[in-house]
Amino acid sequence: MLELILIFLTRLLTGAIPRSHGFQFEPVAQRIYYANHSSHLDTLLIWSLIPRPQRARVRPAAAKDYWWSSSWRRYLAENVFHAVPVLRHREHSDDNPLADLEAVLANGDSLIFFPEGTRGNGDAVQPFKSGLYYLVKACPNVSLVPVYIRNLNRVLPKGALLPVPLLCNVEFGAEFKMAENELKADFMARAQTKLEALIPE
Amino acid sequence: MILHDTQFLWLMGTLLGTMCFASAIGLILARRTTTAKGKEVVANLNARINSWWVMIAVFICAVLIGPTGSTVLFALISFLALREYVALSPTVRADHRVLLWLFWGILPLNYVLVGVKWYGLYTIFIPVYAFLWLQIRAAMAGVTEGFLDRTARIQWGLMVTIYFISHAPALLMLDIPKYSESGQNFKLMLFLVVVVQMSDVLQYVCGKLAGRHPIAPNVSPNKTIEGFAGGVGLTTLLGASLYWITPFSFIQAGAMAFVICLMGFAGGLVMSATKRDRGVKDFGALLPGHGGMMDRMDSLCFAAPVFFHLTRYYFM
Repeated sequence: MLELILIFLTRLLTGAIPRSHGFQFEPVAQRIYYANHSSHLDTLLIWSLIPRPQRARVRPAAAKDYWWSSSWRRYLAENVFHAVPVLRHREHSDDNPLADLEAVLANGDSLIFFPEGTRGNGDAVQPFKSGLYYLVKACPNVSLVPVYIRNLNRVLPKGALLPVPLLCNVEFGAEFKMAENELKADFMARAQTKLEALIPE
Repeated sequence: MILHDTQFLWLMGTLLGTMCFASAIGLILARRTTTAKGKEVVANLNARINSWWVMIAVFICAVLIGPTGSTVLFALISFLALREYVALSPTVRADHRVLLWLFWGILPLNYVLVGVKWYGLYTIFIPVYAFLWLQIRAAMAGVTEGFLDRTARIQWGLMVTIYFISHAPALLMLDIPKYSESGQNFKLMLFLVVVVQMSDVLQYVCGKLAGRHPIAPNVSPNKTIEGFAGGVGLTTLLGASLYWITPFSFIQAGAMAFVICLMGFAGGLVMSATKRDRGVKDFGALLPGHGGMMDRMDSLCFAAPVFFHLTRYYFM
């Protein structure tokens, strides 16, 4: 019920128009949906567009300092869209910040992930942090799906509390995998190019 | 009770019959068409017809609920139209607060004024007070780059998607002698909506069947002189023949329908120019076959306020 309300609200606020560029949800596979990050609602928007049977096994990475900052947000994150909390600033330098996400992948679930780390200004995709590479390396069979979200930074920009309703396009690119023995720099560049290729003119 | 109104039932029966007829034709065309281009046109036609079924069902439900139902429905239509309009209008981060006012303040308040039938305030609320306040709020945000462009775009959006559209449910607040006392105003709103939408449909059909000469090639290549003349002529006749649900005579109803057609055509033209300027074909993808909400409402936007004021001036 809450899930439906949340999806309805997301649709109401964003129109949530998915567009495929050679990507199909079927057949089911273990995937990392990686997207540009411009708003706290990114997580919710992508999650809401994944078909229902698959949605239960998709775990979005969500900023701990936002989604765990109030009791209702925390409730939604934990019980409705089953988010994985991600620390944007490491508390101890020897912690592996990806440990929780790797555990999710090891469990066979899919992930929604934002390789830029922090929210951008919505204009350009910032250089990826290396997290994406290490995640895929730990679970090399996972498929990668680039997702570009347009306009969402205008719905709920950095620092804003209330959202403005706007149509947002969500572009899904064709899935790909990491090549065997692919170098880190090559993989990172490839992943970034695939996402940037989805930016509409 | 609306369901006991025989005129309403006749209108609904005719509408339902027309829709069944349209669906049947769509089905036959889908079977008979063989060329690839023809198939594309027929697929779009059938998507349009199916969307019409949904739109009519939602609209009838809202009318049956009563004045509040209609007002809330048009508020929702404004909301969806504004959402599409703002998505196409570049704004900056500093405009976020202005947009919040637009969606969560001005839009609901405007429809509350319609709902409580406060004509005096309703008619100046957006063009005076909302305009003043949005301009002030935008200046307070402190970003001057493109200030006039940004605020002008927002204000025109406010006018088209909220103020103009809300003149359709505003018909419910008119006090027309020998008509409004018995709660018949909802039929005036139906007259406007049916005429304006049938004008779009008949212009489309006449254009597809006989269209040769573009009427505005730079703005809207699909609009033709033949479509315009046929659509306006037929809809004027249709409007006149609907006089029995209005406070108008046969001739008056025809004249009203004629004005509605002209304004509707103008609305479509202006919105086409807007879309060209923004480099898009449709405002959105909400209504399969039609495009977005604004693509369906463009003609109503321009026809509603003029119809409202003509009725108010001559029949009250």
